[in-house]
Amino acid sequence: MKTFRKTMTCLLSTFALFLCFSSAGYTKVDGDTILLGAAVSLTGKYSTNGKHTKNGYDLAVKLINDRGGVKVKGKKYKLAIKYYDDESNSSRAKELAERLIKQDNIKFLLGPYSSGLTKAMAPIIDAAGIPMVEANGASRSLFTKGYKYLFAVLSAANQYLESAIDLAAEKAKESGKKPSQVKVALAFEQDPFSLDVRLGVVEAAKRHGMKIVVDGKLPKALNDMSAILAKVKALRPDVLVVSGHSKGAMTAIKQIQEMKVDIPLLAMTHCDAAKINKKLGGGGEYTLCAAQWHKSLSYKDSYFGNGMDYAKRFEKVYKYDPPYQSAESSAALLVWKSAFERSNSFDTKKLRDALSKTNMQTFYGNIRFGKTGQNIAKPMVLFQVQNGKNAVVAPTEWASSKLIWPAPKWSERK
Amino acid sequence: MDLMIFTTAPWLNVQAIFDGIMIGAVFSLIAYGMALIWGVMKIINVCQGEYVILGGYITFYLYNTYGINPLYTIPAASLFVFLVSFAIYKLVIVKVIERDLFVSILATFGLSIIIQQLMNTIFGADVEVAQSGLGTEFLFDNMVTVPVTRVFSLIIAVLVAAIVVIFMHYSKLGRAIRATSQNKRAAKVLGVDTDKVYGYTYAINGAICGVAGSLVAMTFTLHPYIGLPYTIRSFMIVITAGLGNFAAIITSGMGLGILEQYADYIIGTQFRIGFVFLLLVFIIIWRSRKLLKKREYLK
Repeated sequence: MKTFRKTMTCLLSTFALFLCFSSAGYTKVDGDTILLGAAVSLTGKYSTNGKHTKNGYDLAVKLINDRGGVKVKGKKYKLAIKYYDDESNSSRAKELAERLIKQDNIKFLLGPYSSGLTKAMAPIIDAAGIPMVEANGASRSLFTKGYKYLFAVLSAANQYLESAIDLAAEKAKESGKKPSQVKVALAFEQDPFSLDVRLGVVEAAKRHGMKIVVDGKLPKALNDMSAILAKVKALRPDVLVVSGHSKGAMTAIKQIQEMKVDIPLLAMTHCDAAKINKKLGGGGEYTLCAAQWHKSLSYKDSYFGNGMDYAKRFEKVYKYDPPYQSAESSAALLVWKSAFERSNSFDTKKLRDALSKTNMQTFYGNIRFGKTGQNIAKPMVLFQVQNGKNAVVAPTEWASSKLIWPAPKWSERK
Repeated sequence: MDLMIFTTAPWLNVQAIFDGIMIGAVFSLIAYGMALIWGVMKIINVCQGEYVILGGYITFYLYNTYGINPLYTIPAASLFVFLVSFAIYKLVIVKVIERDLFVSILATFGLSIIIQQLMNTIFGADVEVAQSGLGTEFLFDNMVTVPVTRVFSLIIAVLVAAIVVIFMHYSKLGRAIRATSQNKRAAKVLGVDTDKVYGYTYAINGAICGVAGSLVAMTFTLHPYIGLPYTIRSFMIVITAGLGNFAAIITSGMGLGILEQYADYIIGTQFRIGFVFLLLVFIIIWRSRKLLKKREYLK
């Protein structure tokens, strides 16, 4: 028995040593393949959106490879992605960032899902000087720390629902009220993303001189917000703004419907990803949802065509309508491709400089990075659920439908 | 602090108490299950909340795939979690039951992670809900809302509790369970098959959680990782009420429900779960002081 154990220990440690050395030999460009790295939430609480992210990445990789790949120094390279599962856990994401950079020796990174996980990885990649193009971390704090190697294709979180407040002010003026008479109620989860959204909303409300009458904060592990809604019912605000990922959106709409809370303008984040309206049998009607992208927008590129083309292609492969999380993830790969070709090199420094000079239009929107790595060329989209469909109502130059305001009272709905 | 809200809108008191009683009933049910296995098997079941959510997912599954009204899925959810927890008893619990309390806490904690992840894999990480379609009633000029689903939950919770109490007092197995809880060795000597009693006790708790889960699926929302607050709440109720005192469990369950609602209104929703934890700490201190006093008296 003892000898058997010894042999096993010996064998196992040899194997472990072998693994250590073999991974060091792994390089970023292997033959004719450029290897990108990504930690994505395949399990844990973000696994739905993690999957959307991965699908977006995979769809773009396949399309770019089918169209001849990426041309660097006259040679054509295929793209490939090395994935790890970060288990929706930020300390795991941190470990994986180290692992991708130090063990797997990967020099080009794609982002994880959610601001929290991106925030965990950002200091590591920045210290190592490895560029990352991320598509799912919108927290403002990602762009205030002076990271030089982090680039985000999406709009920052504080922009998410600002326009909803502006819209409320506009409507107040139309109906002969002053914007400063508008009463606002807030219900926000206590996570970095939602708090940033809140920041933008509070700033916008201040700008219009609006009064915040309810300022509800939701803890992460709660599926009941009836107390906040009872307050809303008592104080009758003109606008209710909710942000708390899919769980917050779902809980809010369910309980608003149940308690028949009448709000002229209800705006929230993440209502697209949760497909709430369908699940709640029409309870989400007239809700305004903030989105990074919508397929009816008319931006275009030479790979995916416009939004509708992208949606068709996506649905053919994955059998569901692309949420914006997938669209922005696909856009991240278009950015990488363009950066490789413009810098014509695999040097991370040169690539970083090329990335910072990105100025392109994709099906997802215009992409131009500001000094802090944030995309400053793309506005947020607001759509309203009308007859069970998402109708884009803001920004007005892209809008295909008109806002229904005020939302009919529950007693008047069928 | 938001005390003013109660003066501007006094009906909110009624709302808070209503909501508190209705959700408190569901908490009491879950807590009763926990007290049962704690008392009989000396195990603190950390995966209690996960059983609840699992029951909820069964309701959701039947509702979503076959379009069955969630009201009718309660027996199925209950039976399913009964079977699952019986299997878990045979596989895991049986090995930790005579061991240190700490071992069983660790084991059930591990189980809770496994169940969470399995639910996540099978049902997905989306937030789900089963609509009962029962509508809403209004009181006091539409200001107090009473979702009929919550009233229904209250009724079912009371009904199930009554069934369990009758079962415990009058059935043979129920008596065996109580005997084992009072004195295991004596029960064994008198011919009670304590292993069987343990298995059934654990599974009955599962059945109770299954019912509670169905109610949660109808009244709130479901997510694979939302089980822990239910475990904490039931732990707290049991600590306050003590083991085996059914009336005390109901009162402290509803009391917790009402306190939680008030905490939500006054100090804010963000501190609601935190408030439950804080209350737990106070109750533990209070109880230990009470015990200390008793000891002094004995001296």
